[in-house]
Amino acid sequence: MPVIVVEVMPKAELLDPAGKAVAGALAKQGRAHFSQVRIGKRFELTVDEVTEATLDEARELADDLLSNGVIEDVLRIYSAAAPLDPPA
Amino acid sequence: MTDAPASPAFPRPAASAPAVDSTANAAATPEREQPYAALGLKQEEYLRIRDLLGRRPTSGELAMYSVMWSEHCSYKSSKVHLRQFGQKVSPEMTANLMVGMGENAGVVDIGEGWAVTFKIESHNHPSFVEPFQGAATGVGGIVRDIISMGARPVAVMDALRFGALDHPDTHRVLPGVVSGISFYGNCLGLPNIGGETWFDPVYQANPLVNALAVGVLRHEDLHLANARGVGNRVVLFGARTGGDGIGGASILASESFAEGSGRKRPAVQVGDPFAEKVLIECCLELYRAGLVEGIQDLGAAGISCATSELAANGEGGMAIELDAVLLRDPSLTAEEILMSESQERMMAIVAPEKLEGFLAVTSKWDVETSVLGEVTDTGRLRITWRGETIVDVDPRTVAVDSPVYERPIAYPAWLDAVRADTSATLPRASDGDQLRAQLLALLGSPNLADKSRLTDQYDRYVLGNTALSQPDDGGMIRVDERSGLGVALATDANGRYAYLDPYAGAQLALAEAYRNVAVTGATPVAVSDCLNFGSPEDPEVMWQFSRAVEGLADACLALGIPVTGGNVSFYNQTGQVPIHPTPVVAVLGVIDDVGRRVPSGWQDEGDNLYLLGATAEELDGSAWAGTLHGHLGGHPPRVDLERERDLAALLAAAAHEGLLNAAHDLADGGLGVAAAEACLRFGVGARLVLDGLLERDGVDSTAALFSETGGRVLVAVPREEDVRFTRLCEGRGYPVLRIGVTDAGGEGGPDAALEVQGMFRLPLAELRARWSAPLATVLGEGAITAAVR
Amino acid sequence: MTRVGVVTVPGSLDDRDAQRAVRLAGGEPVPLWHGAHDLDGVAAVVLPGGFSYGDYLRCGAIAAHSPIMSEVIAAAERGMPVLGICNGFQILVEAHLLPGGLVANDHGAFLCRDQVLRVENTSTAWTSLYEPGQHITVPLKNGEGGYIADAATLERLEGEGLVAFRYAGINPNGSANDIAGLTNPAGNIVGLMPHPEHATEPGFGPDTDAAMRSGTDGLALFRSALERVLA
Repeated sequence: MPVIVVEVMPKAELLDPAGKAVAGALAKQGRAHFSQVRIGKRFELTVDEVTEATLDEARELADDLLSNGVIEDVLRIYSAAAPLDPPA
Repeated sequence: MTDAPASPAFPRPAASAPAVDSTANAAATPEREQPYAALGLKQEEYLRIRDLLGRRPTSGELAMYSVMWSEHCSYKSSKVHLRQFGQKVSPEMTANLMVGMGENAGVVDIGEGWAVTFKIESHNHPSFVEPFQGAATGVGGIVRDIISMGARPVAVMDALRFGALDHPDTHRVLPGVVSGISFYGNCLGLPNIGGETWFDPVYQANPLVNALAVGVLRHEDLHLANARGVGNRVVLFGARTGGDGIGGASILASESFAEGSGRKRPAVQVGDPFAEKVLIECCLELYRAGLVEGIQDLGAAGISCATSELAANGEGGMAIELDAVLLRDPSLTAEEILMSESQERMMAIVAPEKLEGFLAVTSKWDVETSVLGEVTDTGRLRITWRGETIVDVDPRTVAVDSPVYERPIAYPAWLDAVRADTSATLPRASDGDQLRAQLLALLGSPNLADKSRLTDQYDRYVLGNTALSQPDDGGMIRVDERSGLGVALATDANGRYAYLDPYAGAQLALAEAYRNVAVTGATPVAVSDCLNFGSPEDPEVMWQFSRAVEGLADACLALGIPVTGGNVSFYNQTGQVPIHPTPVVAVLGVIDDVGRRVPSGWQDEGDNLYLLGATAEELDGSAWAGTLHGHLGGHPPRVDLERERDLAALLAAAAHEGLLNAAHDLADGGLGVAAAEACLRFGVGARLVLDGLLERDGVDSTAALFSETGGRVLVAVPREEDVRFTRLCEGRGYPVLRIGVTDAGGEGGPDAALEVQGMFRLPLAELRARWSAPLATVLGEGAITAAVR
Repeated sequence: MTRVGVVTVPGSLDDRDAQRAVRLAGGEPVPLWHGAHDLDGVAAVVLPGGFSYGDYLRCGAIAAHSPIMSEVIAAAERGMPVLGICNGFQILVEAHLLPGGLVANDHGAFLCRDQVLRVENTSTAWTSLYEPGQHITVPLKNGEGGYIADAATLERLEGEGLVAFRYAGINPNGSANDIAGLTNPAGNIVGLMPHPEHATEPGFGPDTDAAMRSGTDGLALFRSALERVLA
């Protein structure tokens, strides 16, 4: 089944406490060359068929429900043939 | 902590302007137009700044003055009224006061070498825009105020007001606010020990989120926000400075200036409670090691506020290199760095020889630290940026001598009509069945309903010192593990009363909080207030404000307890419609051994129930009038502060002697609701007989059950202490009447009920079902599974 | 006096409470710092509750990699009694000392309540003073306390009797098989989501039928371990 993927990230200007905590942990492991970590969200909305209408609806959902425009940005919305599987 | 963010977005300079607006540049370009209006400054304020400086301000100075002279930071509309708190004082009020109003938080000596600091502040507007982060950072801000006094924070509380429970937007705001408080407070490891949650359509587009924190310290650990000692270093530590919190209310107003000049800065701040927890432990270790001369938290107006206040309170001068500020976003301009309200930051004054030790501690806690400059005796706050001086001001003109306004005051045109419309015409219950239905309806109304769905999201156990917490009338925390010395806290406000009479309404809020502390067995000693009002530019609102402050100051004098700090939140309105005036009052009490604390509900079978105080016909503004009849008019209950004082002394004596198994304040919903709550607290019922009360006080059964007369408390006394208790009351001349007995309803309580003889019988199971329904409905089954109840 | 280490990680919250519980049980609490590579000669270790490193990544994930944990893991493998409470349990799971995982409560909210537990295994270092099947009441307070594991793991846990505590009456967070706490096959490591250290001092614990806040059912956990290391 095809999916519509919605990616949401914390606004670049705002503090991302989760990313900061992971970056701190990496630095402690001597991996400070990964100088910044930001953590976002990936949504996979499974549909029977990806149409302009379902994409529009997903865009609306992305703004209204899946993200909080005050603190997050919807990065991109796109269709994929299937949900992502872990690599075999 | 900010309410409406103090800092509007600073317009980014046009591409043609020089990158740095230095003081020299400002002197050389006197005619340059400056966006003072977009920054919220009035023309006369701008001209005064020019006058003070003898030239136009640099853009950095303009940023600084605009945030520090904002209503939120400068109290320019409220100052003339707040002075009363400093004027109406008696020696007994200052006897135990180590630090009074004006510092980050007041400090009270509670004995045994211990001191307590507490404060309540608003975070209303941010919590409406982004309920979760707004409420979370509200907790974070007030806790930093406590740390900056040298204290270890030990508990938080919150006073919340939302719109109608069944309004869709309440379903956005309420869960967000509660989970924000839960997230931040729990992650800080601070028990949440109480507060209040209130619903009224007047708060629909303007919820009130007032957060309280309390901390304890040894006398010798007291720290103040001043920059003393020429040559001492000015150190910024904690989170990095980012672009958050710049902007807010006037971001749109300033859009035209900012057009085409980079992206808009978001107005909200994101809280990082982990960073704050680490900051708490780091600060306490710094204090213990004696490495700090002065300290200030960064809240509203960020670095602008911290530098100018520290300098103004100390030697008077400071030299700062702004380039040394560690940035999260390297593209920030100097003005933005000065105005940023990034959370979890502190500024310390450190002696040069202690700097190494200081840095060792911050490094142990992984807290980033930078030295920004040093204390000087020049009387000037000088800030450089990229090698040029961008700020050169007398810090007192920024932080202390801000404008003061005597706003016009007008008696509200509508008030006489509202007061003339009393509750006397409302239909009374004619029989027991109706009274029973009315009591059930009151307990099933949002304001009086069970709030455990909200408060169970808060950790009340952490730190292991919680002796009382919600739903008891006051929260209580042990301070000294050996002696049992502790403090109790309660917050109260009744916007409906204050709407009818702001003077009396503020006094009634104080009286209730005072009583709620007294019923725990503690002795009230100090007050913090959070004054939530509409626009100060509305003369009727200003009248409400002035009356409320006067009422509160007079009442504090009468009760002999000082206001030690607090805050004012104006502009709480939807369009032109202000909220009800809502002076939230927090009272702190002291108890010499928390082991003697008294809960608000009965636990044992066969205790005698006594009503302390007399009941008058006072249903105007009551829950009965509002909830059952949709009515708000007339005059609030009479205030009798001498009576409250006598009652508190009586309760303290009775608790000290161990005569009380329970004590519950009578407030919203009167005796009926108080009795029901005391039954529901531990699931033990009661049988009441009101004949004696009806006869003695000359009231009908509606007034007996639902009148909201002050100075009344329902207590449970073990039988063996009956004689001592009644003697104590009689000796003190306080009205006392035995009105019933507790009844467990058999083993395990299958037959537990609240019975009022000759009127009705209410099984506790039925009562509980109605009482717990309203909040369950709004939070939905997703919040906490029904099975958990 | 028997020395019991209590580890403090940035974000530990109930560390002083765990120290107090050790003291009330008759032991000597020894604070251990996360950055140390030394257990300071303690006979047992408690990983207390909190939000280590904010718990932003996964609860306990970053703390499980702290320097002190390599010492704790080594000592646990030698048989030293180790107790993980709440965040400490999550750290034990992230450090693979106990199997499975802890996820957000099924109702989606942080929940603080007095919780009844059934003691399922009384042969561990931390439960020997309880009776098998005994019901105890201790505070529960967490947002991510839902225990999950795959079917095979659950079957093994049940088959080998490695469930130390089970929620009784109510499952407050959707935990598989009502699991509130686990032990390892050797019985020296125990992890649980509820907070026994908050049921050790009269006046500050959960309510009981006798009196408010008088519950001390958690004390036997700490006493069990003290008894074990003295034996």
